Amino acid sequence: MTDANAATAGTGVARRPKRRPLWQRLLLSEYLVLWLSVVYFAIMVPIVPAIASPETFRNILSDLLPLTVVAIGQTVILIIAGIDLSMPAIIAMASVVGASVMTGTGGPLAGSPAAMPLGILTMLAVGAAIGWFNGFCVARLKMPSFMVTLTTSMFFSGVAIWYVTLRSTTTSIANLPRSFVVIGQGDIAGIPNSLWLTLLIAIGVHLMLTRTVLGRHLFAIGVNPRATQVSGVVIARPILLAFVVSGLCAAAGSILYTGRLETGSPILGSNILLDIIGAAVIGGTSLFGGKGKVIWTVFGVLFLVLLDQSLKLMGLTLFMVFAIKGAVILLAAIVDAARTRITGR
Amino acid sequence: MPLLSVENLSKSFFGVEVLHGVHLTLEAGALLGLVGENGSGKSTTMNLVGGVLQPDAGTMLLDGRRYAPANPGAAQAAGIAFIHQELNLFPNLTIEENIFIAGFPRRHPLLPMIDRARIRRRTVELLGMVDLAVAPNTPVSRLSQGERQLVEIAKALNTDARIIIFDEPTTSLTKYEIDRLFGIIDRLKAKQIGIIYISHILTDVMQLSDTIAVLRDGHLIGQGARDEFTIDRMISMMVGRSIGQLFPSRDTRPTDEPVLEVEALTAPGIIRNVTFTVHKGEIVGLSGLMGAGRSETARLVFGLDPHKSGQVRIDGTDLGDFDAHAAMRAGMAFLTEDRRAEGLLMNSPIFDTEVLPNLERHASPRLGWIDGQALGVLTTEYSRRVQLNTEDLKTVLSRNLSGGNQQKVVLAKWLMRGPKLFILDEPTRGVDVGAKAEIYKIINSLVADGCGVLLISSELEELTGMCDRILVMNNGEITGSFERGGFDPEAMLEAAMRQGTRASA
Repeated sequence: MTDANAATAGTGVARRPKRRPLWQRLLLSEYLVLWLSVVYFAIMVPIVPAIASPETFRNILSDLLPLTVVAIGQTVILIIAGIDLSMPAIIAMASVVGASVMTGTGGPLAGSPAAMPLGILTMLAVGAAIGWFNGFCVARLKMPSFMVTLTTSMFFSGVAIWYVTLRSTTTSIANLPRSFVVIGQGDIAGIPNSLWLTLLIAIGVHLMLTRTVLGRHLFAIGVNPRATQVSGVVIARPILLAFVVSGLCAAAGSILYTGRLETGSPILGSNILLDIIGAAVIGGTSLFGGKGKVIWTVFGVLFLVLLDQSLKLMGLTLFMVFAIKGAVILLAAIVDAARTRITGR
Repeated sequence: MPLLSVENLSKSFFGVEVLHGVHLTLEAGALLGLVGENGSGKSTTMNLVGGVLQPDAGTMLLDGRRYAPANPGAAQAAGIAFIHQELNLFPNLTIEENIFIAGFPRRHPLLPMIDRARIRRRTVELLGMVDLAVAPNTPVSRLSQGERQLVEIAKALNTDARIIIFDEPTTSLTKYEIDRLFGIIDRLKAKQIGIIYISHILTDVMQLSDTIAVLRDGHLIGQGARDEFTIDRMISMMVGRSIGQLFPSRDTRPTDEPVLEVEALTAPGIIRNVTFTVHKGEIVGLSGLMGAGRSETARLVFGLDPHKSGQVRIDGTDLGDFDAHAAMRAGMAFLTEDRRAEGLLMNSPIFDTEVLPNLERHASPRLGWIDGQALGVLTTEYSRRVQLNTEDLKTVLSRNLSGGNQQKVVLAKWLMRGPKLFILDEPTRGVDVGAKAEIYKIINSLVADGCGVLLISSELEELTGMCDRILVMNNGEITGSFERGGFDPEAMLEAAMRQGTRASA
């Protein structure tokens, strides 16, 4: 086979592929998932007219934004051929620890104007710390990310619940400062604050992946960590940083979720793991590493949230919604395989 | 009647014909040597014979009957075994399990229970045929490359193969293993098995073949009895021109200024007390049998593996306890012997591999903001310098390149750093004659610019043709040093076999 390829592609002389047929170009398009979302929306409008209502748009946006932030973090990990199963646990942990710092009922900073910024810093610190621990285990102790994040996920999910029981007689921590809640609910210049935050993170991570040495190292590690190492790159540091970024993204998502709920809750995000990974994969990020983009993940989230909302509006049961979402994610994986076959990549 | 005759075989990929009406004939009990540069169509031809691909035109006759395998299984059923360059064994399974992987005999046709005793008996018998004296239940992961190859042959014999195709069988074998393989090939011939032998090592082809066929650009250039060929004639047929001198002459002499000093480098169980110096503008060869510690020395010097004691100095500065990153920053470059696994990002565009060691130097120090334009200019310039097609940089994946071009990508990625010392571990392995000459030229221009080169090779001819000095290793120690003018193959072999101070391990 190698010679066959070498003869046709090897020297690259006298060989320019013909223009691909339309269906192939569509399938290979970066915007495939965006087009699919638009088509899906157009089909659904006559079936469930409520999907085009302003209220649904608001719902879609409020589901979309935190999920996007979290899924972007996951994308970074998928690019290095890893997986981060601990994101929901980080969301929960950041939520309860942050809330306990800020809360007006018995919190150390109750009523203080510093409550909001310090609370946010605490949440980000929790995310970065758990991410750092994951990264340390993967990068330095050479453990598989699946195993590491599965166990940290279980551990911190438990700790989050235990932490709440220490602080409160209920299962959550309420009475958060107004200035914090506004982050999830208010707006600047007519654009919701959560959208500003999401855009900031999306652009930041996009630039990190495409324009910095760290980003290129992450892609290279995803394709072949050994070759990357033999090329004189210290691979432990980028891997560690990827998990810190992932933890920070989960914490940022937690800020939005917590603000929306106005409560620190240990079960926040407990059932969104499928959506986090699914959105990235639907967007086109490969589970085998070395391939992924922030914008793809944004489209993936859009499609998934649109699907979710429309199915709920149609009055399907939660089980049906799950089954259909599972089928769609499987379909996305099949499409990814088909793309690989067409491009030979 | 010939055992196999291939007539007018053609094959296209994506509308481009890569094989143009090839004829081949193989007699029972004979060996057909198939030579040609990478991309000449050897593997495509053999993939057609082995049922991996189907021809667009032409016919194949096996024993005079039409033969058109739809898949590798059909080819195997017809008695054709294909021993690939990369062996297709499962390292985690035992020898016997590998041999019977296609179908385990059952104790009773109706019971899903494997007849272990029968497998054991048959495996012992097969291993006897190939002179492999290891237990049938040894995991393949514990075997050397040469031993694995013998298992592949045993597997072929188990299927009663009548034709065995060898694709570059000697690339990773030691001298001893090669001799053993050749002995077995003779025995296979005596059993009336027809053999197709593909190799870049033309002396082997001359030694083994009954008939020789030369391919170039998908055309059969010539086929005939061995006596009609000489190595020079084969080369000129392969490249379509006479390449004159394979090893280009050098105008520059090495200086007295050391660039790399290795002192008493030791890693227990791997190498011991290795001391040598490479000067600016000097090519120092590292020779020895497989397992002598040559590649291990290279990896230690480049900081890929940790050493226990000793020093590595670049320009007189001790690197201390360093890693590959530090070695690179000190001015070293390293071309690995396993370019697929360690040299290239096979599934990424050429550009991605080339920029990898150069990103940091072309980015802002704090944020690591990449200067994409500088990298574009740099990769274009250096790709041109090693004669790669620069249009392909961002579109063609490394894995779609021929071996020679892949090696040039690895060279380019390091040349961009302007290394002071370049370690080359088997730079021409699996590379065709034309690309070999180009690589030698690149090495010579490097030393002309004052770079020191540490060249590791299993081909003595390559070392004697290129080096100013050759060090011979055995058992993790340096056992001989030879200056240009005093290269004596016999003395070097003697040094490679000599026992060092350490008792045999």
